[in-house]
Amino acid sequence: MSAADVLRRLGRALTDRLWRLGFASRFMLMTLLYSGTALKRFQLTMREIYFTGVLSLIIILVSGLFVGMVLGLQGYDTLQRYGSSEALGVLVALSLVRELGPVVAALLFASRAGSAITAEIGLMKATEQLSAMEMMAVNPIARVVAPRFWAGVISMPLLAGLFSAMGVLGGYLVGVQLIGVDEGAFWSQMQAAVDFRQDIMNGVIKSFVFGVIVSWIAVFEGYDADPTAEGVSRATTRTVVTSSLAILAADFVLTAFMFRGI
Amino acid sequence: MNRAVIDLWVGVFVALGLAALLFLALKVGNLSSTDVGQTYSLQAHFDNIGGLKVRAPVKSAGVVVGRVGEIRFDPETYTAKVAMQIDTRYQFPRDTFATINTSGLLGEQYVGFEVGGDPDMLKAGEVIKKTQSAMVLEKLISQFMFSKAAEDEGKK
Repeated sequence: MSAADVLRRLGRALTDRLWRLGFASRFMLMTLLYSGTALKRFQLTMREIYFTGVLSLIIILVSGLFVGMVLGLQGYDTLQRYGSSEALGVLVALSLVRELGPVVAALLFASRAGSAITAEIGLMKATEQLSAMEMMAVNPIARVVAPRFWAGVISMPLLAGLFSAMGVLGGYLVGVQLIGVDEGAFWSQMQAAVDFRQDIMNGVIKSFVFGVIVSWIAVFEGYDADPTAEGVSRATTRTVVTSSLAILAADFVLTAFMFRGI
Repeated sequence: MNRAVIDLWVGVFVALGLAALLFLALKVGNLSSTDVGQTYSLQAHFDNIGGLKVRAPVKSAGVVVGRVGEIRFDPETYTAKVAMQIDTRYQFPRDTFATINTSGLLGEQYVGFEVGGDPDMLKAGEVIKKTQSAMVLEKLISQFMFSKAAEDEGKK
């Protein structure tokens, strides 16, 4: 293989990726443009909120509780060495509200709901349901894609909030009820350290951004899937991998902007 | 799955989510605590503010009466200019003494007001004249070392 071949292959790889990114961006723009139906006939979006949000409740609530309980145990173990086990509430609440709540909930959401959205849209494409819709002059982006996108965007901050709240309760259960950290100090130090705008609102903004990212990737991968069984399976895998990486990268960027410790 | 059931579950989900956010705001965060409503501004110059940060509390007799609003370096006097937002419910005499204290040995730093006896009160935008800088641990240790060394010299 000559040097020119290697360069040509490199060039093709880059243009292919750029083309895909451009396609994804135009797809996002179309989704936003055709969102009118999804918001006007809100029943369509409600149905998708049921499938993405409500059915993710169990996994989010249980994982939140366990993450909080582990934070309680590990945090206590480290803090009691410095004689400041009362700061356990601060540690649990801040790490959940700022980072773990939005990020872990988004990762769970990507694997629980994002993959399902991709598989569903991909299969609709493989069985030519999307083409059938176009034949009936129904826009598949307005009818199928936009409701799923908005359902994800709406569900994500609520799920992240639930995750953080359950985590704090889990930390409380382990820290106060099991280990016996003073209850008053646990809550009062937490309230003194957690700021509504700085910590909680920034967490909500993060989870909203993650909701947009996960939903966008999920609907795009489904719509772009090869219309075969193999293509759908590969698209589903790509959704989980790409959105997990995108969540973590976006989290770093957002954290760099939000918490620089002035 | 019919429409009414879906509506019900989505309603439960949204209500739960909002309740969780409310719990975070009120029970975990400090939205419920009287987070200084109406404030007025006071200034103070310190030779050294140590590790004082913006939004650090201003306390008098241990009670939070305000927050540090802005910290700047004053290039004319070479001191740190600290602007504080004080709750309008509290007034302080003109000869109030502002110090920078540390809560605990390694805790965060805050501005403490020690109240004087002047009948006139500080008005918005005024400067507190009497201040005391932060205690810098390194300086204290070096002072201690030098005095110890001097003592040893004296014994010889």
